[in-house]
Order: sequence, then C-alpha cells, then structure tokens
Amino acid sequence: MNPHLKQQMYFTLFRLTGLVSFGILILILIYIINLGAGVISFNFLTSMWANRDITTGGIYPAIVGTFYLGVGVAFFSVPVGIACAIYLNEYAGHSLVIRMIRLAIRNLAGVPSIVYGLFGLVVFVQMLQLGTSIIAASLTLSGMTVPWVITSSEEALKTVPQSFRDGALALGATKWQAVRGNVLPYAASGMITGSIIGLARAMGETAPIIVVGATFYMRGLPDSPFDKFMALPYHLFILATQHVHPQAQAYAAGTALVLVALIFSMTFVAMFVRYRFRKRKDW
Amino acid sequence: MLEDEEIILESVDLNIWFGSNQAIKDVDLKIAKNNITAIIGPSGCGKSTFLRALNRMNDVIPICSTEGEVRYQGKNIYSPDEDVVELRKKVGMVFQKPNPFPKSIYENIAYGPKIHGIKNKSKLDAIVEDTLKAAALWEEIEDRLHASAMGLSGGQQQRLCIARAMAVKPEIILMDEPCSALDPISTAKIEDLMIELKKDYTVVIVTHNMMQAARVSDYTAYFLLGELIEYEVTSYLFEYPKDKRTEDYITGRFG
Repeated sequence: MNPHLKQQMYFTLFRLTGLVSFGILILILIYIINLGAGVISFNFLTSMWANRDITTGGIYPAIVGTFYLGVGVAFFSVPVGIACAIYLNEYAGHSLVIRMIRLAIRNLAGVPSIVYGLFGLVVFVQMLQLGTSIIAASLTLSGMTVPWVITSSEEALKTVPQSFRDGALALGATKWQAVRGNVLPYAASGMITGSIIGLARAMGETAPIIVVGATFYMRGLPDSPFDKFMALPYHLFILATQHVHPQAQAYAAGTALVLVALIFSMTFVAMFVRYRFRKRKDW
Repeated sequence: MLEDEEIILESVDLNIWFGSNQAIKDVDLKIAKNNITAIIGPSGCGKSTFLRALNRMNDVIPICSTEGEVRYQGKNIYSPDEDVVELRKKVGMVFQKPNPFPKSIYENIAYGPKIHGIKNKSKLDAIVEDTLKAAALWEEIEDRLHASAMGLSGGQQQRLCIARAMAVKPEIILMDEPCSALDPISTAKIEDLMIELKKDYTVVIVTHNMMQAARVSDYTAYFLLGELIEYEVTSYLFEYPKDKRTEDYITGRFG
C-alpha cells in the first residue's frame, strides 16, 4: 500500500479513538443533564433530605458529607503521600528494601476499592473502634489515595533538574535545605494538582464508604468526625437501585450531576494551578 | 615550583569506580594554594570525576565508590567523621552548565549566606553587592537585582554562579568546564575573573580547552583513561612535555 495512504489510514483511526473518548464524556453529560437537570433547584441543593417524599427535600447533607470526607482525606493522605514521595525520591536510594516499598506502592494503587473498604471495616471501624464514621471512612479512602499522591508527587519531584540540588549542595547546603529551598517550590504545583485529582477520585468512591460509615438517611448533619454521614455517590447508588419513589431515577441523575460538577470543578482547579505555575516557570 | 608552594588540597592513592568501571586510578595530586590548577585530558579521562571527588560531589551519584584519600588542609575528607556540609562550604563548585536557581539574581547570591545563618538584611545586601562587584558583574546588573536570574545571558549566568560560590567565602573553588557552553567573549571575561580570584581563592579548573589551561593556569595536570600522566608548571608542561602521551595530546595528534 502507498505509505502516505497508510499513514492517513492509521491517523484517521487514531483520531477516531480520540473522538470516541470525547464522545463518551459528552454522552454521559447529556444523559445526566437530560434526566437530572429538572430536579436541580435551590431547594434541592440546600435542604435536608426528605425520605417520605423525596421531591420536597434536598441533598444538602450528602453534599456536606462528601465535603467532610474530602477534607478528611486531604488531611490524612496529602501530608503522608508527599512526605513519602520526598523520602523515596530524595533520600531513599536504591536498596532492596526501597525497591520492595516502591513495588508495594504500585500494587497498592491497583487494589480494588471494595477491598480497602473491607480493610477499613476491620482496622479502623472495629480494631481502632472508630465506629462507622466520617473519620473511619476518611482513613479508608486515604489508604486508597496515598499511592496516587505518592506517585504523582514523585513524578513532580523528578521534573526538577538535578542541577538545582547540586547547586545548593555545592554551597554547603544540607540535603534537606536543598530539597526545601530548591526542589519543593518547583515541584509544589505538580504535587498539588496530583493530590487534587486523587482527592476527586476518592470523593467519587462508593464501595468502600458503604462498608465504613455512609448512610442513606440521617435526621441532621453529622456533629463530629465520629458520626455517620451521607455522601453523594452512595446517595445516588441507593436512589438508582433501591428507592421505590417514581421520581427516584431523576433524583439519582440530579445527584449525579452535582457529584460530577463537584469533581469537574476540582479538576479545573488543578488545571488552573498547573497553568499558573507554567506561566511563572522560567527554567 | 610545587615544592615551594603551600599545599591546600591533595589526593593520595585516589581510586574511583562507577559500578565495576574504574574512572580514576591511583591518582596522587597536590593542589597549590592561591594558584590556578588546570586539569586537562580527552573526554572520558576522568577529569570531572576527579574534580567532583575534591568536595565529595560524587556522593550524590549512587553507583560511585571512592577509595584512597583527599586531604584538605591535611585532613582526609573521606574519613567517617568528616562534615560534608562544612567541607562544601570551604570547597565550592561551579558546574559545566550554568545552573542559576530560578530565583532573583539577589536571591541566588544570598542563598548560600542565608543557609549558613546570615539573616540580617543589610548584611545580606552588603554581601550581594560586594560579591557581584568582585565577580565583575555588578555594573551589568545592579539595576535588576530582583529580576530572575534566568533572564541573564549564558555568560552572565555562569559569572553569577561563580559569584554565588564566592558568597559563602570558600577557600577553594572547583570549576568543571565552566566555559564549555559559552561564547569567546564570555569565556574571556571568566578567564579574567579566574585570574582575579587567585588572590583570595585557590582555583581548580577542568577544561577541554588546552589554550585556556595555558592562558590561565599556573599548574596543569594531564589525565588519560583515569590516570594522572603528567603534572607540571603549566608553561613547562606545554613547552617540554616529558611524557610522549602528553606531547601527543597537546600537539593535537590525539584527543
């Protein structure tokens, strides 16, 4: 076959795959907007959930619950993940133990989320007696998010040229001074964006939180980290599969819309951080 | 002659490996205080590795291992009780590719003094000004001290890196092919600066450029395949090389 024709054929094929993934996103959006936009109202976003007649209440407690969860996961997973990435990339070297740790982290990222849920139930809920609660769920989701934060933070650290470290070391800086002053500031945006994306994924998780504390209906908002909570993905799951109200499907889609908007806005924040940093970066 | 000089730095039976690959073989070399010592040799002869051994910058390369001694003011810097941070404060380094930090010119110079505990603003101001003047850079950049160092030309960046090394008041400045990425005019400026530096510092420079070694240095060492072939007063080495291999190299028959 004519090589030019061949090239055209392949690139057309590749372009199609790009269009397909874009198309899937658009279809999902059309579907949930079409089905769910009708239920979105000020009342829907700001009222307590009314379980008898779901049309009179709102998903405010689920939004709050998911927000609390996000704060909890950020609190636990981001510092641990970043610290671990700094250790691995800047200090650890290449010994056998370190290689095992790296392998473990890669594998951790691939563990199914429901398995994390089970782990959280045994360790946080039962062993540490945190009960089914926001804090148990945050810790469980953090376990899932940490490998993500580690991996993206390590990538961010790798993009900082070795010459920044060498320059500082040659002036008599300690390793920590070199990392603190000449590496972290330039890796920060990558670490932040990676963490936000990891966080967004955690906030969309359903399976693990079912096991460790999410509930479909509460009278009020949680008062403490040791309370149960409502959460958007779980709420949506119950509405879509188990609720008998004739409007349940529409309300599930409305909830999905709110969840997706939340996740998208986090992604946009991440993109914005990255964009701001790129503009300032002059190396 | 070397016998009449005060020796500030000296390698004794120095051997360096990268994994199983030996980069430096039994090198004994004495560096004379307040002189410029040039290290020349073809690519891959180990000259940069040797230089980096002098302030233990090879430590950052995981597969690099070192045997033998480097004595700074008589004390072996590879002994277990050596404080590497303190050593590098005294034995600074300028790299092949200018590596200013992506901070302001001011912050580049102030970085070293700051990490060594100087916080007083007027003190730092004075150090920045004095150092930039000593590095003959002040007049070119005094009106943009707070602009990013990345906006300087390559030659200015390299002089800034030399100034940055000077700002922590080292005794020795190691330079690893500092002009190899620069044009001839920038190179000439750095060579002038090196000769100026000799009054206060000891300079060891690795260079590809034999003419540069001949122009600026007092002593020259010729390395080949990790071995020190010849070490002499620069003018002797270039005019009366004792070793056939040195002669081949400096006359351009090889390398």
